[in-house]
Amino acid sequence: MTTLSEAQEISQPVVHRPARSALVRVMQYSGVRLITLFGTIVVAVYLTIMIGNMGGFVDQIMRSEIRERITVQVAMNPANRNLDPDVRNQLTLDRIALEEKRLGLNQPLAVRSVRYLTNALTLRLGRAVNMASDAGSKTVRLIILERLPATLLLMATSNLFLFFSALFVALSLSRKYGSFLDKFVIAFTPTSAAPPWFYGIFMILIFAAVLKILPFGGMIDAPPPKTTFEYALSVLKHMTLPASALVISSLFLSIYNWRTFFLIYSSEDYVEMAKAKGLPSSDIERRYILRPTLPTIITNFALLLIGLWTGAIITETVFLWPGLGRTYFRAIGLYDIPVIVGLSIIYAYLLAITVFLLDFFYALVDPRVKIGSGGKQA
Amino acid sequence: MNTLKKYFREILQYPSAVVGSVMILLLVAVSVYALVTIPYEKALQLWRGGEDVWYANPQYAPPAWMNFFSDKDLPVSFKLHSRDAGENQSVTKEVVLGEQNTSRTFITYTFDFNYDEFPQEMALLFNTTYEVKQPFVSILWATPDGREIRVGDFGVSKKMTYRISQDTKLQRRLGGLPPIQGLFADPNAQTPVPFKGTYQLLINGVSFEQDSHIEAEFVFYGQVYGLAGTDHLRRDLMVALLYGAPIALAFGLLAALGTSVLTMIIAATGAYYGGWVDELIQRITEVNLVLPFLAILIMVGTFYDRSIWTILGVTILLSIFTGAIKSYRAIFMQVKESAYIEAARAYGASSGRVIFRYLIPRMIPLLIPGLVSAVPAFVFLEASLAVLGLGDPSLPTWGKIINDAWLNAALYKGYYYWILEPAILLMITGLGFAMVGYSLDRVFNPRLRGL
Repeated sequence: MTTLSEAQEISQPVVHRPARSALVRVMQYSGVRLITLFGTIVVAVYLTIMIGNMGGFVDQIMRSEIRERITVQVAMNPANRNLDPDVRNQLTLDRIALEEKRLGLNQPLAVRSVRYLTNALTLRLGRAVNMASDAGSKTVRLIILERLPATLLLMATSNLFLFFSALFVALSLSRKYGSFLDKFVIAFTPTSAAPPWFYGIFMILIFAAVLKILPFGGMIDAPPPKTTFEYALSVLKHMTLPASALVISSLFLSIYNWRTFFLIYSSEDYVEMAKAKGLPSSDIERRYILRPTLPTIITNFALLLIGLWTGAIITETVFLWPGLGRTYFRAIGLYDIPVIVGLSIIYAYLLAITVFLLDFFYALVDPRVKIGSGGKQA
Repeated sequence: MNTLKKYFREILQYPSAVVGSVMILLLVAVSVYALVTIPYEKALQLWRGGEDVWYANPQYAPPAWMNFFSDKDLPVSFKLHSRDAGENQSVTKEVVLGEQNTSRTFITYTFDFNYDEFPQEMALLFNTTYEVKQPFVSILWATPDGREIRVGDFGVSKKMTYRISQDTKLQRRLGGLPPIQGLFADPNAQTPVPFKGTYQLLINGVSFEQDSHIEAEFVFYGQVYGLAGTDHLRRDLMVALLYGAPIALAFGLLAALGTSVLTMIIAATGAYYGGWVDELIQRITEVNLVLPFLAILIMVGTFYDRSIWTILGVTILLSIFTGAIKSYRAIFMQVKESAYIEAARAYGASSGRVIFRYLIPRMIPLLIPGLVSAVPAFVFLEASLAVLGLGDPSLPTWGKIINDAWLNAALYKGYYYWILEPAILLMITGLGFAMVGYSLDRVFNPRLRGL
């Protein structure tokens, strides 16, 4: 097959197509890219909805829950005590039907899942089934917004610190290849095999249980301090352990990865050339190593920014941090599909937008990349 | 063969690889030992058996070797059964026949108590036979300084447990002290301090029928137990610590192997055929990147099934289509153009033959370090799910010990051993595979050689 198409290609006369204008090329590329990304989101969100509903099993759980709740409600209501049993039964059935209709359970899953999907895609997140925000609202949007600051605070602090410290330590290590510090970092790389919650447990043991200088978990002292300064101090105290656990668990691996990456680039001929010219090492780092690696650094940074959004499910659970990760876990435990889907769709959109924008960023920072021409640069 | 030897010699140059291999071998040895000494059925029975299995264990007891590290000697648990009288010097049993089918039974338990703390509890588990009339026992307690304390007098049913700490009458007789403290306390000390020496518990029983016998087991619940300690259900943690090793290794290795091999086959197939097959694989990978991995595993664990096999299957399925498939594909695209592939095609090799005999073997050196480095992630994934309460319901695993400890606030209450033991084993597993993995990566990955 391949040989045949190659033969056809060769037999065709070479035609010099007129160069399309850059604008048309970019528009065309963006259009195709947007459509594929949107398709990806649709499929992924639909899969999440179906998994979240267990192909209908969660409906059964919810139905029996409604049945039990309303039967008890009707039976316990003193006003219904004197009713005829048949009438009371009918009343129960009516109210069950009404409640099922309110939650949309009277429609088949196939219809409902499509409705869930369009609602999710248009970001109409709707109302939670069982969960409520601390302020009492059942709106999924408010539940998410309420937990967002906590997650952003923890994740942004730890991840930004991790990213930049790893990057700069790696850069300096790659220049001091083979030094004691370099070997030290390599020796410690395997410690990143353990996830953050694992280090979290050790840190709780040392700093909370034995030394008793930092709290076991939570986000704020009870009762919360009155002044803003004390409040911030209390949050900082509670954040120290989870943030350090998040940083420690991947610090050495990210330094190692960046270091290896920079080493590969610093063995290029043009870096040797710059060294031979006698340029100061800060110039070499900035112009000859950082510049060509910028696309990779930006990609990683962008993916990090999306990662902030999901929070850390287990770390937040272990440290009782009131963030989105824990909300996600609770939502699954409470079969709260709207919340699960709401969190997933926002993640999917953010990821897609980032991936889309990254292509343009590459073109901006790397003159070798041209949008919409030829294959993607690795 | 020679190249293998060369690789092997090169690997030995890395100290971390040697240390890691020793750790892995140690774990394999522990796993084999666990599987040989505790068959699956027995492990389940020991872990989920209930009161019958654990009745003689103290609750929340740290391992016995903790005594080496603290200046206070904590009492060690033991049990003595009247059945073993004669074989065991510490127990004596004597039956004296009386008139009218009555008989008197004298059981004496003798033990040394040289500890600085009181035991948790002491109990007598009676096992008697009779038709109509219950035997009657009086229990006496003899201290090293010669005092004799009446513990209790009561009729004994066929199967009966007498817990000394719960005897309120005895507590009153001891002047309000909790019975365990009262029996061991030094009478001359102001605060209750254990008096060291040889103690005796004497049972003086009377049976009123011809075939009526009294047997009793004395269980001394200390403050420490065995090599691993016990948990809130009095279970010996050793069972789970031993049995967790083969489970963790099996899960980690199977998941890593399944993921790497399937990823490689799919990447090779996509790269070889190109066209819509390749396109489809790329699209699936993109969809999978959007799916929240851990959340889906939690949903599967919560909604569907917690069995370790289901979780393993879903883990592999979700881990195939990740970034790795893209990097493998990029390499296969290059290899595909090699002359030897062209030659294979020229002699008429089928597509399957080219993929499995020519493309994939070329990549094995890249596959091995990736596979070994992936093991810790999967071992910890299983533990993470268990910590969230989604572990396999029947199997004893390390993650479930941590989960139990966490739910019982072990760190808050100071039962550090409970969390540290499984955590250290997890750490050894993770470190061992990671150390070997990184060294292998440097040996097999030509780009990193010399870096």
